[in-house]
Amino acid sequence: MIRLTEVVKEYPRSGVALAHVSFAVRKGEFVYLTGPSGSGKSTILRLLYMDEKPTAGEVWINGVSSKSARGREISKLRRRIGIVFQDFRLLEDRTAEANVRFALEVTGAPKATIRSKVARVLTQVGLASKATSFPRELSGGEQQRVAIARALINDPFVLIADEPTGNLDERATRGVFQLLRDINASGTAVIMATHDLDLVRRSNYRTIELNHGRVVFDSAESPASARPFDEPFDIQETPTGPSESI
Amino acid sequence: MRSAQEALTASRRAPLLSALGVLTIAFSLFAFGLFGLVAINIRRALEQVSERVEVRAFLSDSADIEQVAAAMKDIGEFPEVLRVDYVSQENALERARKEMGEFADVFEAGVLPASIEVHLRPGMRSPTIVKSVADRIKTYHFIDDVRYGEEWVEKLYRLRNIATVAGIALGVAFAAVAVIIIGATIRMMVLARAKEISIMRLVGATDMFIRLPFLIDGLVKGVLGGLVALLLVWITNRVVNQYFIETIFFNRELIFLGIVGGAAMGMFGSLVSVGRHLRRV
Repeated sequence: MIRLTEVVKEYPRSGVALAHVSFAVRKGEFVYLTGPSGSGKSTILRLLYMDEKPTAGEVWINGVSSKSARGREISKLRRRIGIVFQDFRLLEDRTAEANVRFALEVTGAPKATIRSKVARVLTQVGLASKATSFPRELSGGEQQRVAIARALINDPFVLIADEPTGNLDERATRGVFQLLRDINASGTAVIMATHDLDLVRRSNYRTIELNHGRVVFDSAESPASARPFDEPFDIQETPTGPSESI
Repeated sequence: MRSAQEALTASRRAPLLSALGVLTIAFSLFAFGLFGLVAINIRRALEQVSERVEVRAFLSDSADIEQVAAAMKDIGEFPEVLRVDYVSQENALERARKEMGEFADVFEAGVLPASIEVHLRPGMRSPTIVKSVADRIKTYHFIDDVRYGEEWVEKLYRLRNIATVAGIALGVAFAAVAVIIIGATIRMMVLARAKEISIMRLVGATDMFIRLPFLIDGLVKGVLGGLVALLLVWITNRVVNQYFIETIFFNRELIFLGIVGGAAMGMFGSLVSVGRHLRRV
């Protein structure tokens, strides 16, 4: 469903962001992307929703290749991908309901189905009673739920979340995380970039760890116990190859 | 249809910014329009003066009237010539008396020679053309003398050239300033909605879908700005007409061109500004 093959991403100014990254994500899988800041997590996510193209290698997602995808095809692809960010990215001048509806309207969805679909996803994220609230009237956790509702509105096959709990307190984090688990349980794959080691440790999902643009650990390829989570990511200064981590 | 709605909603959401946008476009075009008004009036004044460029050929006393008539017909067929008039001795006297009233009694019949007046077509009044026509007329043996105010024609022509060059230079400068200001205004309006654009891209709106409301918005603001500018120029023209000098206003074609220009600028500005945002989330 999602496959990265020998993906390299270089930026003209900051240099190599990803170096020969390869992994695949199966249908309905839950994957954590972890690693220190600047290790390439967000770059991978941007490559997945094709905001950027790899410098070398190839990204396959839902039958679309990064080598051939163009404007319209990318737009169509994004309608099948839900994207959530740390900073929610809601439109401040619209209600929760209007923010969710917006995602359907701008993709030219038929008007008749919009109302019921919006009501359904708002209920799914537990915000049916706050449909008419503006983002500033909602807590951080609630705002992130609106963003998740917006991401779910087009029935995505995968939800891509970039530090979705980064701005939330512990309680809200737990709530949002539980919501993502529920979404995953209903068959949607989730790829979540996170710093939150507690979260990663507590759940038994596949974890891919990046450092300096390389995959240094992938729990799908090694026993779950092999990677001790006792050292904080931030101290790892030198790039390490996959063989060293295992 | 939905794009038009989107454009309208966007303007309603930010009424102040929209009004500011329209006003900025209006005043940039107003400045350009005022310049245009001055330019067309100077042009008209110079044209009126240049209508007086004529070649006058004085006939010798012995000129045969039939020969003169034949020559007039020939001259009338020169490509540069608009009209040829015959001025008899009596006409010449009458005209001189009228033009110089205080010396009316000085002139007596027979003092002034008969002449033919050759009027030139518009665009055929440059010094070289006037001189060449005069030289050709001189070749008739019954012509005593040919006058066309050589120095005056040259001065007028130089003035016209200066006016044309200055007009083009100033026009380009004014237009450039208008384009830059309007471009910046539209960019500001697009920037105010940058987040919206980035979200639209993330949820899979096509580029065309994102662009269209901005194009319509730019078009509407361009036309509105153009109309406001036109109104301002018209009012200025009226005031000048009433209290200072008589001026002409733009003709229908120029008005149409101005509004289409405003609309095109609005649309083009939007297209460029949105295009920049479409290339990044």
